[in-house]
Amino acid sequence: MNTDCLAELSGVSKRFGKIVALDGVDLDVRRGELFALLGPNGAGKTTAISLLLGLRQPDAGSALLFGQSPQRVEARRQIGVMMQEVTLAAELRIRELIDLVASYYPDPLSPDEVLEMTDTTPLRDRPYGKLSAGQKRQAQFALAVCGRPRLLFLDEPTVGLDVQARELMWATLRQLVEEGSSIVLTTHYLEEAEALADRVAVLARGRMIASGTVSEIRGHVVRKRIACVTALTTEEVATWPDVQSVSRDGQRLNITVSNAETVVRRLLAADEDLEELEVLRAGLAEAFTELTQEVVA
Amino acid sequence: MNGTRVAETMMNATSLETGRAPGCRTVMPARRVFGAFFKEARYESVRMLRSPAFGIPFLSLPVALYLLFAVLLFGEALRSDPKGALFVFAGFDVLGVMGPGMFGFGVVVAMEREQGLLTLKRALPMPPAAYLLAKMAMATVFGVIVTATMIVAALTLGHLPLTAGQCFSVAAINILGALPFCAIGLFIGTRISAKAAPAITNVMYMAMIYLSGIMIPLPKTMQATAIIWPAYHLDHLMFRALGASSQGAATVHILVLASVTLVLTALSIRQLARVG
Repeated sequence: MNTDCLAELSGVSKRFGKIVALDGVDLDVRRGELFALLGPNGAGKTTAISLLLGLRQPDAGSALLFGQSPQRVEARRQIGVMMQEVTLAAELRIRELIDLVASYYPDPLSPDEVLEMTDTTPLRDRPYGKLSAGQKRQAQFALAVCGRPRLLFLDEPTVGLDVQARELMWATLRQLVEEGSSIVLTTHYLEEAEALADRVAVLARGRMIASGTVSEIRGHVVRKRIACVTALTTEEVATWPDVQSVSRDGQRLNITVSNAETVVRRLLAADEDLEELEVLRAGLAEAFTELTQEVVA
Repeated sequence: MNGTRVAETMMNATSLETGRAPGCRTVMPARRVFGAFFKEARYESVRMLRSPAFGIPFLSLPVALYLLFAVLLFGEALRSDPKGALFVFAGFDVLGVMGPGMFGFGVVVAMEREQGLLTLKRALPMPPAAYLLAKMAMATVFGVIVTATMIVAALTLGHLPLTAGQCFSVAAINILGALPFCAIGLFIGTRISAKAAPAITNVMYMAMIYLSGIMIPLPKTMQATAIIWPAYHLDHLMFRALGASSQGAATVHILVLASVTLVLTALSIRQLARVG
């Protein structure tokens, strides 16, 4: 096994009755990276994660965690998990919950270290059931890191967090990765993946439709947007080659193009007074939308 | 202070030290494994004792009902009827053992399955079996508390002349006697939704209380059917421990209770492994 590969799915397929949840999916999570798994609802993200956590077994292919079956407790002693839909014991205090989860690991942080690290010290003696939704997410994050995991699985970690808490969570995740931890992130917030991920994989209808760095995923979308202030009319520009659509917003012309360079040259040649020229590359969100729409269509 | 600076400040003090040798992250000394079992059991008991919806009815109801019937309503009559006094004591004691096991598993496991807690625990490196053993320990803790309060009530207000040996035997039977009811609850909790589990568990609980004859002597036509209920067998083991006459051999009662425990627990573990 490649020692840099901490978790992997190889040719994995999984069906639930007639529904194909995963169809020949390959995926690997490497040492020291934040890997974002994206996809629309029902794409197979949860199934992929549950196979890596040993909660389910693949029908075909293999799932490995640290080179072993994820069902082996020795493999899971190296991971931390934060799930989206989980209700912890409402009557237990946060320090008690950390103490309990830390007891599953050979070499955990102390509860006070975890509270300090995750900025949850003020929640220390509060029962879990009395916390707000955002505070519950922070407490769940504290449980995820308490065992000094080499690999963290985080499912929608910032749902319910206010802006400040989300910024803090992002900074903490970046710091963890800098220190050598690896993170598997599933999120609906594409700006979160764009800001944090070293690599992104996009699932749709149980298939891996794209994977690579954020730039590589963006590169799947050839389209670019040009905006400028010009006297040229929408009708005129719309007839040019490589122009897909044109709209006007006051003085600004917004042009969607398949080849930005040729259109920019022609714009500058056609209007010497052209101002405020901007060329915008597709963001991860646009790339995601285009990629998944192609599969769904 | 922006998020990056906050995180740097905090994490300078504490880090996950991911560079440590992998071995120290996977090998768990036996002492720590035992510690994990202990903490799971301890926190399961603590949370249930703190839960008013669970702790109050199951800790106070059996002794409150015992005091109502054996002291307030029929105290005079039972003083001249030692056999009847033992019947009432044993019945409410068995009632106290049944509740935490059946509801602690039947309702709580069903809820924890639906609320994702069981899934999270399966994903975490919790020692296998710690979840079930912790709940059994919780039911036993409740059983011990109920037994202790019942014995104190019986000795003081109920004027039941129990010897130290009988008290010890009753406590021992209660501790082990909780297990078949845990198994029944587990069987329900692993198969029924959280919405339906309280109703199903209640129906089973109430049916067993009355049809096993632990509270009200059954008419002759129904006595033969009482043996299908584990509560009947625990009640008769209790009679033996208290020196009262009982039906059936102790070994048969023990075998029935042990079989119910093993079969239902095995079926439930299989169900948990298959569908969570």
